[in-house]
Amino acid sequence: MRYDCIIIGGGVIGCATAYTLAHCQLRTLLVEAENDVAMGTTRANSAIVHAGYDAIPGSAMARTNIRGNELMESLCRRLDVRFERIGSLVLGFSEDDLSTLKKLYERGIKNGVRGLALLDREQTLEKEPNLAANVTGSLYAPTTGIVDPWGLALAMAQVAARNGVEFAFSSPVTAITRKENGFFVTAGGQTYDTRTVVNAAGVYSDIIHGMIGGDSFHITPDRGAYYVLDKSQGKLVSHVIFQCPTEKGKGVLVSSTVHGNLIVGPDAVPQTDRADVAATAESLDYIRRTALLSVPGINFRENIRNFAGIRARGTPDFIIGPSPVDPRFINLAGIQSPGLTAAPAIAQEAAAWLRMAGLKLEERDDFIDGRTHIEFRRQPREVQARMIRENPAYGRVICRCETITEGEILDALHAPLPPRTVDGVKRRCGTGMGRCQGGFCGPRVHEILARELGVAMWEIEKDRPGSQIALGETKEADV
Amino acid sequence: MRNVTIIGAGPAGLAAAIAARDAGAHVLLLERAKELGGILNQCIHNGFGLYRFREELTGPEYAGRFIDGLHDIDIRTDTMVLEISSGSVTAVNPKDGLFTVTSDAVILAMGCRERTRGAIGVPGDRPAGVFTAGAAQRYMNIEGLRIGKRAVILGSGDIGLIMARRMTLEGAEVAACVELMPYSSGLNRNIVQCLHDFDIPLYLSHTVTRIIGRSRLEAVEVAEVGPDRKPVPGTEFRIDCDTLLLSVGLIPENELTRAAGIAIDPHTNGPVVYDDMETTQKGVYACGNVVQVHDLVDFVSDEGERAGRAAASGQPEGAYTEVQPGSGVGYVVPQRIRHEGAEDTVTLFFRVRKPCRKGSLVVYDGEREVLRKKRLYMTPGEMEKLPISRELASTAETLTVTMEEDT
Amino acid sequence: MKQELICIVCPSGCRITVEDGQVTDNGCKRGEVYALKEVTNPTRVLTTTVRLTGAEPVRLPVKTERDIPKGLLFSAMRQLDAVTVAAPVRRGDVVLRDVCGTGVSVIACRDVG
Repeated sequence: MRYDCIIIGGGVIGCATAYTLAHCQLRTLLVEAENDVAMGTTRANSAIVHAGYDAIPGSAMARTNIRGNELMESLCRRLDVRFERIGSLVLGFSEDDLSTLKKLYERGIKNGVRGLALLDREQTLEKEPNLAANVTGSLYAPTTGIVDPWGLALAMAQVAARNGVEFAFSSPVTAITRKENGFFVTAGGQTYDTRTVVNAAGVYSDIIHGMIGGDSFHITPDRGAYYVLDKSQGKLVSHVIFQCPTEKGKGVLVSSTVHGNLIVGPDAVPQTDRADVAATAESLDYIRRTALLSVPGINFRENIRNFAGIRARGTPDFIIGPSPVDPRFINLAGIQSPGLTAAPAIAQEAAAWLRMAGLKLEERDDFIDGRTHIEFRRQPREVQARMIRENPAYGRVICRCETITEGEILDALHAPLPPRTVDGVKRRCGTGMGRCQGGFCGPRVHEILARELGVAMWEIEKDRPGSQIALGETKEADV
Repeated sequence: MRNVTIIGAGPAGLAAAIAARDAGAHVLLLERAKELGGILNQCIHNGFGLYRFREELTGPEYAGRFIDGLHDIDIRTDTMVLEISSGSVTAVNPKDGLFTVTSDAVILAMGCRERTRGAIGVPGDRPAGVFTAGAAQRYMNIEGLRIGKRAVILGSGDIGLIMARRMTLEGAEVAACVELMPYSSGLNRNIVQCLHDFDIPLYLSHTVTRIIGRSRLEAVEVAEVGPDRKPVPGTEFRIDCDTLLLSVGLIPENELTRAAGIAIDPHTNGPVVYDDMETTQKGVYACGNVVQVHDLVDFVSDEGERAGRAAASGQPEGAYTEVQPGSGVGYVVPQRIRHEGAEDTVTLFFRVRKPCRKGSLVVYDGEREVLRKKRLYMTPGEMEKLPISRELASTAETLTVTMEEDT
Repeated sequence: MKQELICIVCPSGCRITVEDGQVTDNGCKRGEVYALKEVTNPTRVLTTTVRLTGAEPVRLPVKTERDIPKGLLFSAMRQLDAVTVAAPVRRGDVVLRDVCGTGVSVIACRDVG
């Protein structure tokens, strides 16, 4: 069985590429090291759809940011993924800041960002009354948005799967051999034959590239931590609030999320460990102090969760294009911010490079686009009533904090790329994301998973392999 | 005949249901679990009912006494209430679908939930093996699952202590109980029978500073804390473990209450209530842990009965005196005492802010001292009761309850 | 041999010392009685669960009818590991007689089925 393309990596970039290629008559396989999509950077980021004034004009970042921002709203609508174009403010607190804002403004204009405006102090505070009183001005970008990042990756992957793209999970790539007309890719103990490879392996993309002898870029993992605060804090600001960017990056932001929470973060700590996603006391302290400079009223006692994610920093710009070693090996690497925004555009460029590498990308007329993602809690009461009449499982609320029903969990289990872990259910359905953080629903989700997957309760994992929640039954003789 | 709808069939709701029915109301009892009894079903240890039944019962036995008495009450289990508004309750269950019930009175008895890791902000990885004590209790006692081999308990309140014993009896090793404060908020009896009995070390003035483990917990880092309750750098040490139980506080479960716009007391995180347990919204009553987190289920039942009786009869509006916590006192329930009421004596329930061997409870009306009572051995971990005559309370506009330590 | 313990009879929590049958630092007579019992023959009520079949719950909460010697708690747990109760069961039903030869029964704490 020969594939036309193997995509390495099931983050938002890999899933977007799978979704794009699924439109064509191709045999595509996505291999993912972890047991689910969106397990790396994609599930632990700021969830911002950037306007595009940060990126250097002429860069791949600028190009794909602008295009991605344009595509995102209709894409999310088609895929029934939460997206809100809430706009953003970059705050200035000093003369230096104001001149930085002016530079960003000009950069944005050059990049083609629409609606940008420099605001003075009064205008800024009028838009956001809860900002620090010593703000001196801001850059307003109405096209900035917030999105559900793992929901987006999953939705694209589900549509791709429904249209014939194959997925292999728990399949880390261990070897890639070049051959005439393609590659052998060994992943998860299997060796696959493919004409082309798309390297979307996130923080491991340089290692993957190295498997064919490529060394044109090196990835430094940058770790960034976050606070997620209770929904009662979610209306503190109505735009994404940025501080002036530094060499370290876009800085600590404060924003509501598509789920109604408040997200605060990240910092940027370079590290060598590509898998360390601990949220350290130092990071959390730094983020808290820094965020309070923008929005002094954040009540951190309403924190419900901390997490950290890794961004893959490579070269200053995105690496999008064929490897110098082999034109059939397409690198989509160093996709740090604004990677989430750029994903749909990066996927389109990947497809173009694959065409240049000899793949025939013919649109299929039987492509089934779109996805409906039913959320019980968002329906009006009459619809909720009808849903339960048609399927009583919607009448059993499993996650009390977020009002998520057993019917929705069963929907996820019957959809393409079903969850196998408690966190997999969480990412698809939202269980455990509320203020009790799974204290109530966790055991219930666990029970449903074990029942539906036909396995014992002690085989169910929380998230990654080896994260079993229970060890066995009580009353067993040998403890 | 008045209709009363009760949300929650734990100890508060069960007591309220029986009292309301006995007072002549038609009662509908809604419960989200498939079984009645609420949290008592997983509290398999004994110590319940010493006051009420003069016996030491286990949680299920205590619940059973009430469940036995539920005749002539409509009960719907597996039912989650989505919304309450002006006397109507909207709920769902698989059998009845989505339904709305309008009643003369609604009694909120939803209990409380546990504070989470996020609320106390423990840094580190996010592995499996970190449980709130209540979730661990459910896994062990209801699902019958072993959740770990070697555990650390954060928080020496009674729930943490009970789970230390429970895990040990089921074959786990409990390496330590770690407590932020310089004293345990648990009963001495539990310190002895849950920690001393099994030689489990108790580290007072310590906290967990880091969680270590990528997939499953591997260890925690523990450090001493200073008088400001912040970790003292350099005092960190590692405890290998695969389970961390968090017993770091309970919060009344008032999502429905807040959504209905009912006034919440920031000191309790529960609704503001009159002495008859009515909230600030006419016809809506509350009782049990949803009002204030109790230590003794016997008092929860008392509160439930008060609410049940009041809901069944209804109360006219009238003048009331506000009650608030003052120096040395964390909160007071009820926050309002009616000038007209069935009972001549009203009991104030409250907690002191710090332990006190010898002191006095002093109630003020402005500068005027209204009531003074000596007390021994007050501690935040044990709810205090102070009876006050309704007539005396009515002479004041606002009563402030304070605790004075003897010097 | 000197033993120190915390009295649990009342909230005072006196730290009592017992040496060669002599009790000191107790605040009252009840404390003396408790302390002597604790060092000579400490007993506890055991509460736990046993396997349950024939009903939706898989565990039945149980307790010893009276307190049993503290030193037998783990043996009692082991004995109860082997017990499986079939629903229906009523509060107070005996699930195990004479646990660890103490003469004390273990009884069910709830009704099932």
